[in-house]
Amino acid sequence: MAGIERYVAPTTLEEAAGILRTGNVTVLAGGTDLMPQTHAGRLQFQPVLMNVRRVPELSGIANQGTVVRIGALVTITELLESALVHERLNLLWQACDHFASDQIRNAATIGGNVCNASPAGDTLIPLLALNARAVLAAKPNGTLQLRRVPLTEFFLGPGRSCRAPPELLTAVEVPLPPAGFAGEFYKHGTRPGLDIAAISIAFGARRDGQLLRDVRLAFGAVAPTPVRAPRTEAALEGQPLDAAKLEAAAGIALEEVQPISDLRASDWYRRELIHNMLKRVITHVHQL
Amino acid sequence: MSINCDIAFTLNGVKREITVPAAMTALEMLRERLGLTGTKYGCGEGECGACTILVDGATVNSCLMFAVDCDGRDLVTVEGVVTRPAGERLRDAFVAHGAVQCGFCTPGLVVQASHLIVRDHAGNEAAIRRGIEGNLCRCTGYRKIIEAIAAAADAATQGAEHGSR
Ligand SMILES: Cc1cc2nc3c(=O)[nH]c(=O)nc-3n(C[C@H](O)[C@H](O)[C@H](O)COP(=O)(O)OP(=O)(O)OC[C@H]3O[C@@H](n4cnc5c(N)ncnc54)[C@H](O)[C@@H]3O)c2cc1C
Ligand code: FES
Ligand code: FES
Repeated sequence: MAGIERYVAPTTLEEAAGILRTGNVTVLAGGTDLMPQTHAGRLQFQPVLMNVRRVPELSGIANQGTVVRIGALVTITELLESALVHERLNLLWQACDHFASDQIRNAATIGGNVCNASPAGDTLIPLLALNARAVLAAKPNGTLQLRRVPLTEFFLGPGRSCRAPPELLTAVEVPLPPAGFAGEFYKHGTRPGLDIAAISIAFGARRDGQLLRDVRLAFGAVAPTPVRAPRTEAALEGQPLDAAKLEAAAGIALEEVQPISDLRASDWYRRELIHNMLKRVITHVHQL
Repeated sequence: MSINCDIAFTLNGVKREITVPAAMTALEMLRERLGLTGTKYGCGEGECGACTILVDGATVNSCLMFAVDCDGRDLVTVEGVVTRPAGERLRDAFVAHGAVQCGFCTPGLVVQASHLIVRDHAGNEAAIRRGIEGNLCRCTGYRKIIEAIAAAADAATQGAEHGSR
């Protein structure tokens, strides 16, 4: 294991972004990914270990009118206990409800989940479906600068994102979905939370009479990154739902995501899951 | 090797100061440096819950926590939990219900169960089952553990009515 030469625990965002400027820094939040990854040798420590848990600007869940700002340090437990998340971002709340164990939920942060960029990261699937964006902070020339990246552009591959080494994720911003928007999150695994999802689905829409509007669909664990399924969304948008539409949507989704084979499931099994479970979640949301 | 850091925290109500390597786990610090071997090393990966401790009032897997992150925080291990009323009730209930076989999972379960009881998350069997999802037991089949936690939670509710928690 490569050595850590310096350990720092900054107490302001300015300070944290300043330390990150050198770029040779490992950021520590809850540690639930970092510890196993460094122990197993899948990840090498940078010379500087920076614990961001004492940076107050990274905490808190706030309704800012049109968006909900969720600080990078907000834990899965805090999301589950938030009435705002439960009422307005229920798709995200459901994913948190399927997340690991109580002990992990108490430590794991949303920022860690996003930055770890696992194709199966549970919060990423609803965040994608909810049109969330990442807020990144850097201090390139002495002044703090923020940039916002839609999550649809944030993930580049397993464990890879467009966050540059000198950037810190400060928050995710989730636009408040329209009134009447409902959703369902589905995760397939054998041990309820602790399993890594073989597939996960986040589907949301609003009922307008018999029609579906504001249709959003994202999948986890079917591709190198979590993905939106825009063609399937378009096929359902503004349409009444019947058995033929449902079947057609499932068919388009399978073309669109082209699931992979790995240790957890074969591509055949994933295709079956997507086909059947997508139909189920759409039907449930339609009935809400 | 990684650099050593000086940290200070409260452990079972007592202030402690210690020097630890930056990459060390809180679990290793507790067991190897501070001699508190009640907290167990099972998997080292967050799967089994044998290493569960309380940090600032919430349970975490100490095998996933960096020891340096303990700086300034309030830690309670099973040794501290059993000196509190909720912990005492749990210990007695685990004994009375025969919820211990080899005992390896017991400290982690007692710490996790005490957290569930204090947070009022042990009101029924479903809540208890969900609350201990992160604790593996290879011996008992969980039934007696769940009964013991339910009994301790009942006793805690009655105790609370008499003002001791
Ligand atoms: C037993 C077990 C079960 C798990 N179950 C699940 C599950 O059900 N679903 C799921 O999605 N995940 C699961 N995980 C994975 C993990 O818990 C989550 O990904 C968690 O959200 C990571 O958050 P953290 O705060 O612990 O991150 P850390 O481990 O601290 O960090 C993760 C990565 O993100 C970087 N990072 C963290 N915060 C920032 C920031 N603000 N800015 C820039 N970079 C940052 C770190 O450098 C690191 O590379 C599980 C892990 C374990 C060990
Ligand atoms: S040793 Fe920590 S969870 Fe198993
Ligand atoms: S009693 Fe042996 S592991 Fe639980």
